[in-house]
Amino acid sequence: MSKLEIRSPLPGTFYRASSPDVPPFKADGDAVASGDTIGLIEVMKTFQEIPAGIDGKAITFLVDNEEPVMAGQVIAEVEQ
Amino acid sequence: MTIRSVLVANRGEIAVRVIRAAKALGMRTVQVHSAADADMLAVKLADEAVNIGPPAPKKSYLNIEAVIAAAKATGVDAVHPGYGFLSENGDFADAVVNAGLIFIGPSGDAIRLLGDKVAARKVAAKAGVPTVPGSDGRLDDLDAAKKVVEKTGFPVMIKAAAGGGGRGIRIVNSIAELENQFPQASAEAAAAFGDGGLYMEKVITKARHVEVQILGDGENFVHCFERECSLQRRRQKVWEEAPSFLLPADVREKLCASAVALAREVKYRGAGTVEYLYDEDAQEFYFIEVNTRIQVEHPVTEMITGIDLVQEMIKVCGGATLSVKQDDIKVHGHAIECRINAEDPAKGFMPAPGLVTTLKVPEGEGIRFDTMLYEGYTVPPFYDSLLGKLIVWAETRDACLARLKTALEGLVVEGVPTTIPLHLALATDDHVRRGDFHTRFLEPWLESDFATAGDKKAEVA
Repeated sequence: MSKLEIRSPLPGTFYRASSPDVPPFKADGDAVASGDTIGLIEVMKTFQEIPAGIDGKAITFLVDNEEPVMAGQVIAEVEQ
Repeated sequence: MTIRSVLVANRGEIAVRVIRAAKALGMRTVQVHSAADADMLAVKLADEAVNIGPPAPKKSYLNIEAVIAAAKATGVDAVHPGYGFLSENGDFADAVVNAGLIFIGPSGDAIRLLGDKVAARKVAAKAGVPTVPGSDGRLDDLDAAKKVVEKTGFPVMIKAAAGGGGRGIRIVNSIAELENQFPQASAEAAAAFGDGGLYMEKVITKARHVEVQILGDGENFVHCFERECSLQRRRQKVWEEAPSFLLPADVREKLCASAVALAREVKYRGAGTVEYLYDEDAQEFYFIEVNTRIQVEHPVTEMITGIDLVQEMIKVCGGATLSVKQDDIKVHGHAIECRINAEDPAKGFMPAPGLVTTLKVPEGEGIRFDTMLYEGYTVPPFYDSLLGKLIVWAETRDACLARLKTALEGLVVEGVPTTIPLHLALATDDHVRRGDFHTRFLEPWLESDFATAGDKKAEVA
């Protein structure tokens, strides 16, 4: 079973939910489809949705909510 | 007490501006910074720097305990809050004073009073400053809102009492919309600001944003004339001028006098700005709000009056009497400021941080560039996109526009996209030249004139 990486296309602050009062887009262990949003990156006060980009199972997040990320950093892994 | 040392509780270009002002006054300077800002220009310029926490603003620049601890540890006399972050937080001002230090700004009580939009409207009315027709204060319920509309007519704005900076505003055009939106607006305000209080104002459809710079030492109060800031995108100012050149002289006199009356009403100390909407057809102005801090666009006022506003606010908060009297303050020439943001105007103003590989700054008479940039600096993604402000002065507005165009052509920032192309287009636009604009001019202009100009350029290339 191989693992695939989902990388942040942008530097910024990573958010797992669209606001603090709602559940995260994806919980650890969820399956994802390529078009699914897995989080938001805040870049200079604007928010960009991050799509999974790949289909997979059992997503594992490697970055916590509200943590800074660099462009190209792996934010999550999925199993194929 | 004379201030001998100051801590700057901010970042970016305004931190640089405050450090330079404090140094010019012979003060020792301490710059706080987040872990992401260790390389910023203000840190390099300051005598001392203190890391106060992780990149996220609420863990560093908005962390009152961390800022106060840094001030105590470095033994400074005073704290300058800049703009944004904690600058209009009354509790922060109190915390600075309770630590035995001077807060460079008005008292915590004055900040809270003027920061509550409903209370500020009442203060303005008491000082004889005209306010936009609307509710006299907080609206108890929908019925109260309906009574106000009978008086003002539509459209009206529903605003959150605890909102500000363009947030928490809804526009409604009919009774049906009002009935629908009022409860939603109240619930949203409660969620966003912890206060569901609402008030209402008539929408002035074609208005200019005009604001008056005030200075006070607690006993003496002056104005430094007005600025025109109507060119806005998403309620954020893009381009500012001083003076508001089409304002009739008698209106200017009344407008500026009303701002001084308001400053006197609250015994204002420091630099502040009273913001107004100006209805050009009716020649009426209406109070919007007071900003109890230095503003981004303060340099245009400095350029036409010769007053260093940042030095002046530091001096009066240290206990000095205002160094200028009203009769000494004169307008000379015209100034324009362009906000240079790390945004791509050709791609919907998408912001982009990154490494600045080249920086060329124009020089010459009447040209000033207030910036956080240097070659080799990496603009971090965690804060706003303002890189710097190009400010140009000349004897007349036409000469100022011509000089601005040359200065913009000489300003080179490579490595990140910037809004320089937008400002070049504005500097040569006929509407802008005639002063034929209002607060809702820029967004449609970007969709039409600016978009078309971009297409033509692409065809030629």
